[in-house]
Amino acid sequence: MLPELKRDPVDLIFSALTGLASLTVVVIVMGLFVVLLLESYPAIERFGVVGFLTSTDWDPVRESFGALTSLYGTAVTTILALLFAIPVALGIAVFVTEVAPGFLRGPIGVAIELLAAIPSIIYGMWGLFTVAPIMAEYIEPFLQSTLGRLPILGVLFEGTPMGIDLLTAGLVLSIMIIPFTASIARDAFNLTPPIVKESAYAVGATKWEVIKDVVLPYSKKAVFGGVVLSLGRALGETMAVAFVLGNNHQITTSLFDAAATITVTLANEFTEADSDIYLASLFYLALILFAFSFVLLAVAKFLLLKPQEKGVNR
Amino acid sequence: MMEVEIEVKDLNFYYAGGVHALKDINLKVYRNTVTALIGPSGCGKTTLLRCFNRMHDLYHGNRYTGQIIFKGRDILGKDVDLIDLRSRIGMVFQKPTPFPMSIFDNIAYGLRLRGIKKRTELSERVERALRQAALWDEVKDKLHASAYELSGGQQQRLVIARALAVEPEVLLFDEPTSALDPISTAKIEELAVALKKDVTVIIVTHNMQQAARISDWTGFLMLGELIEYDRTEKIFTNPSKKLTEDYITGRFG
Repeated sequence: MLPELKRDPVDLIFSALTGLASLTVVVIVMGLFVVLLLESYPAIERFGVVGFLTSTDWDPVRESFGALTSLYGTAVTTILALLFAIPVALGIAVFVTEVAPGFLRGPIGVAIELLAAIPSIIYGMWGLFTVAPIMAEYIEPFLQSTLGRLPILGVLFEGTPMGIDLLTAGLVLSIMIIPFTASIARDAFNLTPPIVKESAYAVGATKWEVIKDVVLPYSKKAVFGGVVLSLGRALGETMAVAFVLGNNHQITTSLFDAAATITVTLANEFTEADSDIYLASLFYLALILFAFSFVLLAVAKFLLLKPQEKGVNR
Repeated sequence: MMEVEIEVKDLNFYYAGGVHALKDINLKVYRNTVTALIGPSGCGKTTLLRCFNRMHDLYHGNRYTGQIIFKGRDILGKDVDLIDLRSRIGMVFQKPTPFPMSIFDNIAYGLRLRGIKKRTELSERVERALRQAALWDEVKDKLHASAYELSGGQQQRLVIARALAVEPEVLLFDEPTSALDPISTAKIEELAVALKKDVTVIIVTHNMQQAARISDWTGFLMLGELIEYDRTEKIFTNPSKKLTEDYITGRFG
């Protein structure tokens, strides 16, 4: 017979304390959700779910609110940001993992992480004082006189280039998420076992062929997970966008127009919300963002946790 | 007289950190034979093997001196086309290394890199390579399934087929059975012997019985030096050096 298992009281207290600490996280998340739901209830009741999501109204005077303009701004800036960021981030990751000589890899990695550590309000200020004027003065007129002349595509570049618009916001946002995306992609590429890469070299592949045929397919799931995480970041980013987007509730085809995102609306308008339904509508927007980010994060975690279904080299 | 496939002359190799891993190696590998490289861990046998296809060049700072003559040329020369060299001298690794693609595409990979696009030619050469690697009957009905669905032993034969598809003259095996069960190991050994009618085989192995079973020539390395190189029979029955005898009788290593 084995002696009966006796648990040390210190051990028990320790388990209880650490368990409690972890529990707070769960409680806080649930609490947040409940508060958002309760506070937004008047707006949910008045505008409904489909009604709120599809209405382009945002009129505090008539007390008529809808999420579509904010959703549109969020979607366009996020898509633009990913469009600009992904190629650059993948390029950085490929360079750092496969191309750069060993002595450069460390410093570049650190530089990327430093870039990720800059507070977003600094990106916002830089966007307002540096990027926006450059956009208004040079880049947007140039785009207008070239791409703007194309049929169909031209509608994206109409209007007066002011620099405070969707395009600038997308650009600043992309610069913000590049380091984040790049460092996740770098970690994903490093998952490829060296021996598999060597095997590709051993059948006569060039460096580019090894990256294209072995490294990228091997890590595509993890890279995609990283992209979804970046998407979540771009979606929730407030300060950098608030400076350069103009907070204007409208849906336009031109990227040279001001717009509003969910986060920018929230940051700008809480102090102005003078009626209960206005406040409730803002909470409703927050609830939508919360739910959306939650789903995205879950998807990303799922993808990042399972880099390969079936592998052999482990 | 046997023809020499590869001749190593005064080869020295230094890793990036400055470690002198191979010291004045001289040896002749004969065509259509199996040559085994044995020795204790860290003796330089894998390092030597990886010189033959210049695998060391993938990592910055490694350095060779001396010559390795193959097809009348020194393959350590600066102007050697490594892509071409590696398609003439193929390699199989310690663990199976299928690429994340189908069985067919794995074998066709090297062929496509060489610009072969015609479907009929690809199919024909894939089949030939799989037959050569004694894998055809097991996979012919699922050529388009993922290579990861195969067992470890099958994957290793797949990798051998992939190397054979580009019709190399030499095939390097780096402890090809170290991750396999005894039955799969026996199949790979059988295959290595069968392949020598088409290619010259150089195999690094931990396993002395394996070297004795399948090789014609054996080189014994220790601390970066080639202690003895001779016919396998001679090495295992009547070695001329005391060190070799101590090693093969299990006195160390």
